[in-house]
Amino acid sequence: MSSRLARLLVPALLPLILILAWWYASAGGSSIFFPPLSQILERFQELWLFALVPEHVVPSLQSILWGLGISIVLGVGLGVLLGLNGYVATAVNPVLQFLRYLPAVALLPLAIQLIGIGQEMRVTIIVLGALWPILLNTIDGVRGISPGLVDVARSNRLRPFDWIFRVVIPSASPQIFAGIRASLAVSVILMFASELLGASRGIGYFILEAQRQFSLPEMWSGMILLGIIGYALNVVLMAIEYFALAWHRKARI
Amino acid sequence: MQATKTPVLEAVNISKSYGEKQVLADVSFSAEEGEFVCIVGPSGTGKTTLLRTLSALGTANSGEVRVNGTAITRPPAEVSVVFQDYSRSLMPWMRVGKNIELPLRRYKLSPAERATRVTEALRDVGLEHAKDLYPWEMSGGMQQRAAIARSLAYRPQVLIMDEPFASVDAQTRADLEDLMLDIRARLGVTIVLVTHDIEEAVYLGDKVIVLSGRPASVSATVDVPLGRTRDQISTKSRPDYLELRAKIHAMIMQSPSSVSG
Ligand SMILES: Nc1ncnc2c1ncn2[C@@H]1O[C@H](COP(=O)(O)OP(=O)(O)O)[C@@H](O)[C@H]1O
Ligand SMILES: [Mg+2]
Repeated sequence: MSSRLARLLVPALLPLILILAWWYASAGGSSIFFPPLSQILERFQELWLFALVPEHVVPSLQSILWGLGISIVLGVGLGVLLGLNGYVATAVNPVLQFLRYLPAVALLPLAIQLIGIGQEMRVTIIVLGALWPILLNTIDGVRGISPGLVDVARSNRLRPFDWIFRVVIPSASPQIFAGIRASLAVSVILMFASELLGASRGIGYFILEAQRQFSLPEMWSGMILLGIIGYALNVVLMAIEYFALAWHRKARI
Repeated sequence: MQATKTPVLEAVNISKSYGEKQVLADVSFSAEEGEFVCIVGPSGTGKTTLLRTLSALGTANSGEVRVNGTAITRPPAEVSVVFQDYSRSLMPWMRVGKNIELPLRRYKLSPAERATRVTEALRDVGLEHAKDLYPWEMSGGMQQRAAIARSLAYRPQVLIMDEPFASVDAQTRADLEDLMLDIRARLGVTIVLVTHDIEEAVYLGDKVIVLSGRPASVSATVDVPLGRTRDQISTKSRPDYLELRAKIHAMIMQSPSSVSG
């Protein structure tokens, strides 16, 4: 009983200690770059609960959700196609690996040139970075499907639709989810980076603007918000995964 | 065609090699409507290879498989396979009912008809209560019953089974053997069951096909005149049962090439 309590408390303890340390270290601080945490939190409450949410948080979240959504559809779709055609997958693998390690931020200038500085550009950049982990993991997952299930599907003459959506994708879903988790982290980074260049809304834009105007508490509040959003998105994803992959967790016991 | 009825399933001169290594040489046999045919042979003889050819999951180098007199090239609707490895034959992300329903989706059945088929199939194998369980919540024997139900639900003429009870305990195995006899009797389905267990082959079969040699061929086809109603205790103590069992055992032992294997 006490060990269970400890397991819940200890992970919560460290963040608490860090926050307290920050609070006291910055309290009487004279550096304008490190304003007191109390001041940052005051700003945070004024700005983000919830005055500026429609203007800056909504567009950022939209970019991430569209970018991640398109990456999932494209990544899983292409991944299934390639994974089911092992020969093609082997042939394109080096290209995919290259594209994966080409940092998507490097494409920002080109994307701005071609698409402009609207939300389409930001979504495109996110897709260009977030697609690869999902695509490569889906290919792996699909290729790893048990030969026994392939036999079952063939001898039971499953429709191609049922084969793909009720066998192949569920079977690959543990890897697909691992890919989505990696892609989420990439999406948050690219959302932020793409808002630094030519945006007039969004959390990235807000943080950059605050820094330019030497509004350091505002800048810090934006950074905290960004951390919270990334963390919250991850929690949501983990919750979805927890339910969607319950069979996978339990079937192993 | 002769005056006799066309066999439901017929293997004609099946030969198969993996690369240089020939596994099957001119294997021929047939199964009549409602017949329980057991194919017996030691491990590594080529039983699974033969079964994959019979169900068109694998291709032979020569020979053909006929279902109701027609040569097949792809898995036919009339034939269903129950695999040896039940733990990898059900989808762990679907409840048992959904597993059974999956092959039915290609047929034009109303949702109500589909549900009825699932319920009936579950009843046929004695799993009425298991519809909403996941495969991994069930014992091995129950999983194999569920796999059998999935095959029965789309009403094939022939059920092909590859050592289906090799990895369950003795009591479950006896129960499942009797279940198959019962299913044959009630549904009239033709069953071709592959096993390495001579006792099981004689207990279940109307006919036992002995596979031996390297490459394997049919060394004997033995009729089993024990009637269609069998009983684990009384049938297995009948002198003619024991005699058949000894005879087939001797045949497999005598086969020169299986001594080394
Ligand atoms: N895919 C394969 N490639 C090469 N050899 C195989 C393959 N499948 C089976 N074999 C070989 O063919 C022989 C027969 O195997 P199998 O049909 O599985 O026998 P059984 O089911 O009677 O135990 C074995 O010697 C096995 O090693
Ligand atoms: Mg085998």
